[in-house]
Amino acid sequence: MLKARLRKARSGNTQPSFALDVALEIPPGITIVFGPSGAGKSTLLDCIAGLLKPDNGRIEIAGEVLLDVEQRIDVPPAKRKIAYVFQSLALFPHMTVEQNAAYGLAELPAPQRASRVKAMLEAFHVDQLTKRKGHELSGGEQQRVALARSLATSPRLLLLDEPLTALDEGLKKSIIEDLRKWNAAQNIPILYVTHSRAEVDALGERVIALDQGKIVSTGTPHEVLDAPRRSSIAQASGFENLFSGVVTELREADGVMRVQLVHGACEIETPLGHAAVATAVRLAIRAGDILLATERPYGLSARNVIAGKIISLEQRGTMFVAQVAADSDGAVIFTVHLTLGAKRSLELDVNRPVWLVIKTHSCHVLED
Amino acid sequence: MDSLILSVRLAVCVSAILLLIGMPLAYWLAYWNWRGKFLLEAIVALPLVLPPTVLGFYVLIALGPHGPIGKISEALFHRGLAFTFGGLVFASVLYSFPFTVQPLIASFEAIDRRLLDASALLGASRVRTFARVILPLSLPGIVTAVVLSFAHTLGEFGVVLMVGGNLPGITRTASIDIYDRVQSMEYAEANRMALVLLIISFVVLSTVYGVNRRIGRRMWASWAAR
Repeated sequence: MLKARLRKARSGNTQPSFALDVALEIPPGITIVFGPSGAGKSTLLDCIAGLLKPDNGRIEIAGEVLLDVEQRIDVPPAKRKIAYVFQSLALFPHMTVEQNAAYGLAELPAPQRASRVKAMLEAFHVDQLTKRKGHELSGGEQQRVALARSLATSPRLLLLDEPLTALDEGLKKSIIEDLRKWNAAQNIPILYVTHSRAEVDALGERVIALDQGKIVSTGTPHEVLDAPRRSSIAQASGFENLFSGVVTELREADGVMRVQLVHGACEIETPLGHAAVATAVRLAIRAGDILLATERPYGLSARNVIAGKIISLEQRGTMFVAQVAADSDGAVIFTVHLTLGAKRSLELDVNRPVWLVIKTHSCHVLED
Repeated sequence: MDSLILSVRLAVCVSAILLLIGMPLAYWLAYWNWRGKFLLEAIVALPLVLPPTVLGFYVLIALGPHGPIGKISEALFHRGLAFTFGGLVFASVLYSFPFTVQPLIASFEAIDRRLLDASALLGASRVRTFARVILPLSLPGIVTAVVLSFAHTLGEFGVVLMVGGNLPGITRTASIDIYDRVQSMEYAEANRMALVLLIISFVVLSTVYGVNRRIGRRMWASWAAR
């Protein structure tokens, strides 16, 4: 179990200054730290590893205090027994795979060191590459060596900073599988930082969403990413439609409210939020949650039916992406995802009038 | 030929001492950040722009019987340092300082910081990180530093003349010998000596370029372009 409370002010001219201000309790197993770039994900990992000194806070792993700013405890990185795999991996370029993997085992007697290195390289399936150097390895192999090297030291915590971003899906899955297998026996907490929605879905047990240095939500991937409470998280987790609006009416009895989109006359019914009438809100709607109809639909449970016109239609792989302008105000443009079959059977095309159908609960009200 | 041997002896002593002092200093300048750092950087680079006679003059004063270093030497060894081989070494170390320290700083700074972080997180002490990561990765810079300070010491003239004078076998180095011979119209002798120095310099520089190209880095080139 990792317990951390960290606060770090950051001021810079180029980046928006933010304070990392988090309190975490990370149980054994994989926990994903998700957030847009600049949210403070790497700062968080660097602080936990001891590479950055927070202004205030306390870090405790398995009951041992590694940092307590008030009590002036600050265990140096070399003594924290934390494994950290950087995005760049940082394999030592002048050393072979074997030497890299043995680097953290200087204190072991040679025979034990050799057998530990062998076991780790086997666990990550790079035991045939022992004599090669970093630049002679593929991206996936480098990744595996970096994991084997940092885990050979039997760390108490593993930090991963977007290490798999550059790899294709299959490779990613098999490496994560090896990591899970290894951790089944070790059972240490693993913090996995990513800004990729696909990785969250693939890894997903627990997710912590970080934005501007603060934890904005925690839970399962579904809870955190499919019902985002902030627009930056919504953007990062793939909500194609983000609108600004003003609350015009609250219907508490029905558990809904109406939001007028700022651009114009278009009004949308959403679940009841915390906002009062006349306050500004942001709305997030997934492109895949919007239906298109070629005739005005009747007898639907969906509360939002908006007339519009297709202004662009573009094939992207096995789907179509349509941009639909609302009739009431052409400035309000919805992005809609369609299957190839739907496009064909509805004979959709540019300039075709359509009706947009959106369920109330597909409209997410965000806090900003 | 005595003067040439003296020059080589001087250059070997100076580059060895400089490597010993330069390494920790360059490490410090490359990896530590503190407010007054720029002042130290300026002092280290000073011999690059200072006329050798100016440097030589102050060193001579310092080494002399009334200078601070001369006094220390007088107390310890009952003799001053001016016009001795020891004094020459001292002056040459100062004069060639930037030629050692700057390539070292450049090569230390060129190392990916994350490699040093990785080393620390794998439990390595600063000393182990230096020996196992920094040193092997900055090898081209170290070769450059040694060779440049060697060559620079070999060819110096003004400082040597100011501090060492022209004592045969003690402080008469090759470049001073050449000057002497030209003064006394012994052109053939001067030419022989000059040619040897020219060849040594060329061999030394081609070694630097050759080694650095082989290791795949052009630190000296990037440093020289500054």
